[in-house]
Amino acid sequence: MTEPNPFLDFHATKMLHSAQGKELLDIRFQLEKGQTLAIYGPSGAGKTTLLRILAGLTEVNTGHILVGNDTWLDTARHKHLPTRHRAIGFVFQDFALFPNLSVRQQLEYALPPPAKATGTSPAAEAPPLIDELLALMELEALQRHRPGLLSGGQQQRVALARAIARRPSLLLLDEPLSALDDEMRNKLQEYLLKIKQRYHLTTILVSHHLPEILRLADTVILLKQGRIETEGPPTTIFTAFQPPQPQPQSSAPITLPGTILAIQPSGDCFLITIRYGEAALDIPVTAQQAALLTVGQTITITFNASNLSIT
Amino acid sequence: MNTPHTIDWQPLWLSLELASVTMLILLVIGIPLAWWLAYSRRRWKVAVEAVISLPMVLPPSVLGFYLLLAFSPANSFGRFLSDYLDLRLVFTFPGLVLASLIYSLPFMVNPVLAGFRGLPADWKEASHTLGKSEAVTLFRILLPNIRASLITGAVLSFAHTIGEFGVVMMIGGSIPGQTKVASVAIYDEVLSTNYPLANRYAIVLLALSFFILLLVYSINHYYNKLKILP
Repeated sequence: MTEPNPFLDFHATKMLHSAQGKELLDIRFQLEKGQTLAIYGPSGAGKTTLLRILAGLTEVNTGHILVGNDTWLDTARHKHLPTRHRAIGFVFQDFALFPNLSVRQQLEYALPPPAKATGTSPAAEAPPLIDELLALMELEALQRHRPGLLSGGQQQRVALARAIARRPSLLLLDEPLSALDDEMRNKLQEYLLKIKQRYHLTTILVSHHLPEILRLADTVILLKQGRIETEGPPTTIFTAFQPPQPQPQSSAPITLPGTILAIQPSGDCFLITIRYGEAALDIPVTAQQAALLTVGQTITITFNASNLSIT
Repeated sequence: MNTPHTIDWQPLWLSLELASVTMLILLVIGIPLAWWLAYSRRRWKVAVEAVISLPMVLPPSVLGFYLLLAFSPANSFGRFLSDYLDLRLVFTFPGLVLASLIYSLPFMVNPVLAGFRGLPADWKEASHTLGKSEAVTLFRILLPNIRASLITGAVLSFAHTIGEFGVVMMIGGSIPGQTKVASVAIYDEVLSTNYPLANRYAIVLLALSFFILLLVYSINHYYNKLKILP
């Protein structure tokens, strides 16, 4: 069922030249306003290319992109809106911070120019947005620092805040948390949730990380060899989909003893963080399962080739 | 025989004037040219790159010879300049400036081009995603991050112009106050066997060149130490 007027209507085809040879990327999807879409799939499936096409950084063979009432791309009518006129916030995999600007200057640079004929003056309300973002992302103490002196997680928060300072109608995140360790990853997922609650931005997130998707996304597209294999809510997709892994030799189950560190709601389901030895593991569970569990409880996780259970 | 032993500063001042004017004009021409070479997707840009770098390998006399032909009022281009623009470029200071621009262009363009190419591609893309035009991106993001390359280009094109001799001989001659620059003055003094005076000009040029290069390397060393990339 598709709504008559989706916020984002996307269709693009493009010849990809990869190590495996030529491959046609052909992707069509729609997205409602305020939703978060995760793009998941093996590397080389075209995830980053998809984001770059949305941003106008990569050319297509054919396609159209409609965002709200604006046409960003329509190859049939030779329309190609330049990147700088597309209201996007793009967070690059390596953050792409400018070494010559301080944290605060990066955000100021991203502010849209004032003098819009809407009657309001963005210039007057702009500094509050920057102060708000600096506070929200806990960057106030670092605002005069140059990015070269910041840690990976701090740089990531700056990149995120900068993308939002641009007041995008579409937030594009290219594996934003891939360069970070698990602890940082969890913290940054919280920042992303904060941003989602505060700004209701329509977001597209490329991710390899299932817990991240379960926590942040409303809907998932599973991309394979340039095409959409399946799409739907994350809980449905990932119970049907098995990540490509070597199958165990026998079907004998693997059991792990663990301690529950946290239980958090994540979309329709709950996410429990389990400590197993030195490792922390995020596992999605249903609301019914979550109701039976408490933080600090010792549990046994049982895996086998097609199932996972917690007792 | 009464040869003057006191140094005439005019050729040195003329050299400095020529080098300064050339450097300033090259900054204005060279930065957009390097930017275009770094980011254009046109295939024939390699031909442009080759033409720009020609003066680095060509004997200056070859360049000077063709400029002499081009500027000469006996030929159509020179006649056009002289008849319609009242501009005479042979044996004049403006002619020397034009020749120096061509002669020193690669010394400005190549360091700046290397600077642009050394920047991560996604800085420019990130700036565009933040709604900024090519010009804003160039002045706010790209140029501030290649400061060392800009200084290198400016100083090298200045120094290279000071050191120019063959081109000046071909199209400038040795008119005092007009085209008699320091390198030509040395040659003149040697021809008239006034070695002590030739030596004085030579020492000034040697010292000047050394300090210019010392400056370039110090600046590069400073920026390399300073550089903290994200």
